[in-house]
Amino acid sequence: MKRKLQFIAEWGSLLLSTAAVCCFLVVILWDIIGKGLPVLSWEFLSSLPTDGMTKGGILPAIVGTVSVTLITAISATPFGVCCAIYLNEYAQDNWLTRSIRASIRNLAGVPSIIYGLFGLAIFVQALQLGTSLLAAGLTLGLLSLPYIITTTEEALRRVPASTREAALAVGATQLESIRDMVLPSAISGILTGVVLALSRAAGETAPILFTGVAFYINNPSGALNQEFMALPYHLYMLSTQHQAIAEVRPLAYGTALTLIIVVFLLNFTAFYIRYKHRSK
Amino acid sequence: MRQARREWWNSLGKQVFRLTGVMVIVVLMAILGMLLWNTAAFFLEISPVDFITGTQWDPSSSDAQYGILPLLVSTCLVTLGAMIIAIPIGIGTAAFLSEYAGSRLRNILKPIIEMLAAIPSVTIGFLGIVFLGPEIAQMTGQSNGLNALNGAILLAIMALPTIVTIAEDAIQGVPQSYKEASYGVGANRWETLTKITIPAAAPGILAAVMLGVGRAIGETMTVLMATGNVSAFPKGFFHSVKTITATIAIEMGEVPYQTTHYYALFAIATVLFAMTLVVNLIGEHFVNKFRKYQAA
Amino acid sequence: MIQEKIKLAAHDVNLWFGQKQILKHIDVTFPERKITALIGPSGCGKSTLLRAFNRMHDLVPDARIEGRFLLDNTDLYGGPLSATQVRQRIGMVFQKANPFPKSIYDNVVYGLKINGVPKEQQHEIVVRSLQESYLWEEVKDELNKPAVRLSGGQQQRLCIARTIALRPEVILMDEPCSALDPISTAKIEELILKLKEEYTIVIVTHSMQQAQRIADKTVFMYLGEVVEQGPTASIFNNPQQELTANYVHGRFG
Repeated sequence: MKRKLQFIAEWGSLLLSTAAVCCFLVVILWDIIGKGLPVLSWEFLSSLPTDGMTKGGILPAIVGTVSVTLITAISATPFGVCCAIYLNEYAQDNWLTRSIRASIRNLAGVPSIIYGLFGLAIFVQALQLGTSLLAAGLTLGLLSLPYIITTTEEALRRVPASTREAALAVGATQLESIRDMVLPSAISGILTGVVLALSRAAGETAPILFTGVAFYINNPSGALNQEFMALPYHLYMLSTQHQAIAEVRPLAYGTALTLIIVVFLLNFTAFYIRYKHRSK
Repeated sequence: MRQARREWWNSLGKQVFRLTGVMVIVVLMAILGMLLWNTAAFFLEISPVDFITGTQWDPSSSDAQYGILPLLVSTCLVTLGAMIIAIPIGIGTAAFLSEYAGSRLRNILKPIIEMLAAIPSVTIGFLGIVFLGPEIAQMTGQSNGLNALNGAILLAIMALPTIVTIAEDAIQGVPQSYKEASYGVGANRWETLTKITIPAAAPGILAAVMLGVGRAIGETMTVLMATGNVSAFPKGFFHSVKTITATIAIEMGEVPYQTTHYYALFAIATVLFAMTLVVNLIGEHFVNKFRKYQAA
Repeated sequence: MIQEKIKLAAHDVNLWFGQKQILKHIDVTFPERKITALIGPSGCGKSTLLRAFNRMHDLVPDARIEGRFLLDNTDLYGGPLSATQVRQRIGMVFQKANPFPKSIYDNVVYGLKINGVPKEQQHEIVVRSLQESYLWEEVKDELNKPAVRLSGGQQQRLCIARTIALRPEVILMDEPCSALDPISTAKIEELILKLKEEYTIVIVTHSMQQAQRIADKTVFMYLGEVVEQGPTASIFNNPQQELTANYVHGRFG
């Protein structure tokens, strides 16, 4: 009897921790979906905020988040993929390679707020981009870089050496072998990694705080040199900075739900790419 | 001619790829340089000793005070609280996943953990305000529940996916022969788990904890939204605190560029950078130790 | 004895991977339009030697090569030819068939495209190469099918078609039949014998029978050195070295 009780207590504790983890997710989604869904409508998604942002929709924030994520993708993907190609296809085991790898590991651990400061000091001030969509997108690009490099390198590593040898044997240069054989073979792995990196970038707030995000923009133009609104910052602002916090709570829930949907959609896209490639 | 052009592109390609590799080092050095440069500018005006030992952070009063201690203690307090919650739950979940759950259950639980990891920090901070805050307020009888405890719970949730994933790898990596040896001398599953498997996976679990700590120290939005942001010296979990990250996030938006206050924010960012660097290096050390052990 | 023209040769070649010396003082010649077999126990360096001829070790960071490799008296290393040009003239077929992850047609046409063969000639060369590698009848209706869906033997013949499409002077084959069943092997051997009319062929093989069936010349290697080389019949029937005799009579290896 005592042994049995002990057994239940022991394994129960593990089960309880696992249940707690699941519970966190359920509570988060339950609360946000439950209170956000009634707010969500086509009108909410497609109209400008009105009445001092106590009514209306979140269109500028959606446009801003999409545009800033696009800039992140355009700036970080070529850079990250090229670096991963260098590491996996060319790099020898020397001090340069080791320094690059150490730098990537360190960059991955740098807090996002420090990327924000860097974006402020370098992009906004030193390069005089001002607080703008471009400066914020580049900042998020740097934040995504270590992740894109790591996942791309993993994808390249899965391409068998025989594919490279086959291309070289018919007289391809190494560049041609990478361009024509290695990259096409690794493309789904690379895309999965890039999309996952973007899903994280789209939800980030700290790096864009000082580099270009704005309280309110009434014409979402997507212009590179303009400030922009973004879903995560809009949520932050509605829940802490607004003068009528209680009144805008439903809008905040709607924004939170939209943000989660955007992030999860990107995640599912990534998993779909991976799944589709596996089943091929 | 054509051949020469191909060879030229080939060597150009190699140089470009190498350049992007070098650029990664340059980016890290630039971040470091930017922090140190602005910190140096700060120390030209404020003595480092006052900065490190000062117990007051009050940059906007006429008698501006730039003591980092309250911020540092806040950051440590919230992180400590987060780890007290996340470490047992994380290791418990990792052990459950690798030792107890069948493959079907794992296929359900793994995506749940990945989804938890995908939720943006600002959303978790938002729930700290609208959900957890009122709960804590009710329990403690405070006006709002925005305090260190709230931040710690949220950070625990954010650090959990990291801890669970890496700790699970570590536990799975323990050779089957160890466990069989333990069963062989009559130990049951629980004894094997606690006396053999977890100690054997210790380096990997420590790495998991360190990466979780790194994530918690550097997290901005959740603590900014949930901990109340009072820059008085922190008194405990039930009081409002203001971490380094939150201080930067709040004050950088308001200070004029190139003032003492502006430089001060870079100085505390340098401290933050150093903290995460040390934590990540320790974590990496344990990861390497764990890998070596696995290879052996 | 008729004087044979030497197409490919290695003189006093040493090769290291890191600290480990794989090839020691290799001196070997390959006659033009003949099949030469490289035989020897696993790990004797025969594949390493073969791969050195089309500079496959260039990408191995810690490989170090000394000595001269000659194609018609032109140096393969450090001479006028780039690695790419060397590989255009010396083709290679690998142990495990490694078709590109593309269609059958694209597999053959790829080498033509990158090497600047005019577009209007490409199709004809693809068809001819597939015919010459005895694959045309089997694949002519499904040229757009992914090459990986072919059987192992078909994949290997496709790899040969891909190689001969470029009209190289030498074809190196690294145990091309080791992963194939006897019927596919017979087909490939028949193909190799026909290719001899136009190409110089060097084949690494584990099978004594295969060497005797197809090779004009045989080179026996052991522990990174060439022990003996000569006409296949004399290597197998009248070896000069005891080591060779022991190996070809199956007493070790």
